[in-house]
Amino acid sequence: MTVSMDADRSPAGMDAAELLQLYERMAVIRETEKAAHDLFLAGLVKGTTHLAAGHEAVAVGASAALRPDDYVFATYRGHHHAMARGASPTECLAELMSKATGVCKAKGGSMHLTKASAGMLGSYAIVGAHLPLAAGAAWSAQLRGSGQVAIAFFGDGATNIGAFHEALNLASVWSLPVLFICENNLYMEYTPISSVTAAEHPAADRAGSYRLPSEVIDGNDVVVVADAVSRAAAHARAGGGPTVLEALTYRHFGHSRTDPATYRPSDEVEQWLARDPLEVARGRLADLGVAAADVDAAAERAAAEVRAAVAAAKDADGADPAEAFTDVWADGGHQWRT
Amino acid sequence: MADLITYRDAVAEGLAREMRRDPAVVCLGEDIGAAGGVFKTTVGLLAEFGAERVRDTPISEQAIVGMAMGAAMTGMRPVAEIMFSDFLACCWDYLANEIPKMRYMTGGQVTIPLVVRTANGGGLGFGAQHSQAVENWALAVPGLKVVAPSTPADVIGLLAAAVRSDDPVVFFEHKGLYAVRGAAPPPDHVVPLGQAAIVRPGTDVTVAALAATVPLALAAAAELAGSGASVEVIDLRCLVPLDMATVLESVGRTSRLLIVEENPYQGGWGGTVASIVADEGFESLDAPIRRLAAECVPLPFADALEDEVIPTTAKVTAALQRLLAY
Repeated sequence: MTVSMDADRSPAGMDAAELLQLYERMAVIRETEKAAHDLFLAGLVKGTTHLAAGHEAVAVGASAALRPDDYVFATYRGHHHAMARGASPTECLAELMSKATGVCKAKGGSMHLTKASAGMLGSYAIVGAHLPLAAGAAWSAQLRGSGQVAIAFFGDGATNIGAFHEALNLASVWSLPVLFICENNLYMEYTPISSVTAAEHPAADRAGSYRLPSEVIDGNDVVVVADAVSRAAAHARAGGGPTVLEALTYRHFGHSRTDPATYRPSDEVEQWLARDPLEVARGRLADLGVAAADVDAAAERAAAEVRAAVAAAKDADGADPAEAFTDVWADGGHQWRT
Repeated sequence: MADLITYRDAVAEGLAREMRRDPAVVCLGEDIGAAGGVFKTTVGLLAEFGAERVRDTPISEQAIVGMAMGAAMTGMRPVAEIMFSDFLACCWDYLANEIPKMRYMTGGQVTIPLVVRTANGGGLGFGAQHSQAVENWALAVPGLKVVAPSTPADVIGLLAAAVRSDDPVVFFEHKGLYAVRGAAPPPDHVVPLGQAAIVRPGTDVTVAALAATVPLALAAAAELAGSGASVEVIDLRCLVPLDMATVLESVGRTSRLLIVEENPYQGGWGGTVASIVADEGFESLDAPIRRLAAECVPLPFADALEDEVIPTTAKVTAALQRLLAY
């Protein structure tokens, strides 16, 4: 295992223009998550949400390193992955607001954002279940010789469920082109992951047991994430098999809408908020000579995009009740008997 | 006389036919390669198709079915084997929450054309954790197609339809039928999903049966024919799609219905069949709908105990006699 948290890594091949684009994508996700929070409080989003504010660099950095035809599998905290792969804020917010124009026709909701046409093959709300799915997609890519890779993003909590171990083992044995990327935000729902896990690094420490390379990285630095994912993906495409990446990050909100996250020590929260991925990227942009005004302009473009998305989602028609009876079967219908 | 084939060999033959036809068909499971399957249902596949397409896995039911799902979503048509149907419980999340829901939850964005094959049912003395008939588990989940053939020809024909289906199919092979011989079907034999078969026509009473209860019903019908009773036997073949049109039409002629199922009475599929006939065929009935199902206990080991619990020909005969006398 390599721990590269403190590595003063150069922005491997990433120029200022690309980094500014990634900053803007992260800002769009952040604004969308804030909007989702506000819309929930306004009663326009039902059920629950698991906001990814704070995790943006993992999704955006990884997407920057992937091919358009690679496969991404995410969790119920997956808004950032859907948007990083190309789902629009409008169709995501419309989904949350039960609108007909939702990315899943309002049949999935916050926990199941999916954009299959962009290689984002779903957000899964049973913890750990999608790791074997990503391995299966990688098996498919291997069988077809397509050169694609599959990525499973998962939380630290998923590392203690059987599917994690079954997937890592078989992916290693079959040398599948799959990346297992843990977003370690230190808390398994409401409980510190360290208090329920017999490993300091819940994902990376287990990788060696399955003869897999692993790396613990700064999940709040989009450049570090892009670099690590790029290297792991190249390794996988070359037939080297899976890599486990453990990206350290932090939630800006609680676990879900009902959680004010009062169990987190205030100094810990302060320390992590000071390492907000947007601020880390801003620092890197400054190092590259990008004027603060240009970064501010990107932030304002993102805010404007999301304001327009909120308005469009609010204006959209509600879900069509007839859609309750479509899409069970491949013929589009739901008939189960004659 | 037509060539005969066992139900067991029909599984391998059915898989081989589909693998020859479509390179996207791949198999994975425990001991399915060099060992040819613990029930010898995959003999010859490794030799013909190679280790790329016939993959041995560790004892990792979640990985087997989960990887099949991921492969199915990305262009393959996997056939996963879960050795004993009892072990479906080890990967039930995939069959209850992932495979049947993903197309729906995404508004139709993904297609999951996979088959999960599994050896189901009792009668062989394997004890409670290797003998249950659990087809009712799968019936309880909207979004799964559920198939359970009773003859070697249907194994091949229904397997062809299952593999070609763009919907996920749980394919229950009855382990008590593996040694049964029947006519080998012609090339390109396909039995569409959701078409029951009237396997013995009759006029006095209808029996709805599935998998291993079909031969029980046929034996009972033959026995009662000697005393002048005319028993119609329907092999449902599938629980989803469920061919109720055939059942309702038959009950319309016979006015009596016995349902014979190996899963427990408690939550068994016969309850669904009975409720539909009560709803939609009530006027046809001249007697109460009867269900002969497994007793509501775990399946015991000893033959003498197992026979107490699951349907037998004698129990079917007795149930038919009571129903005919009503």
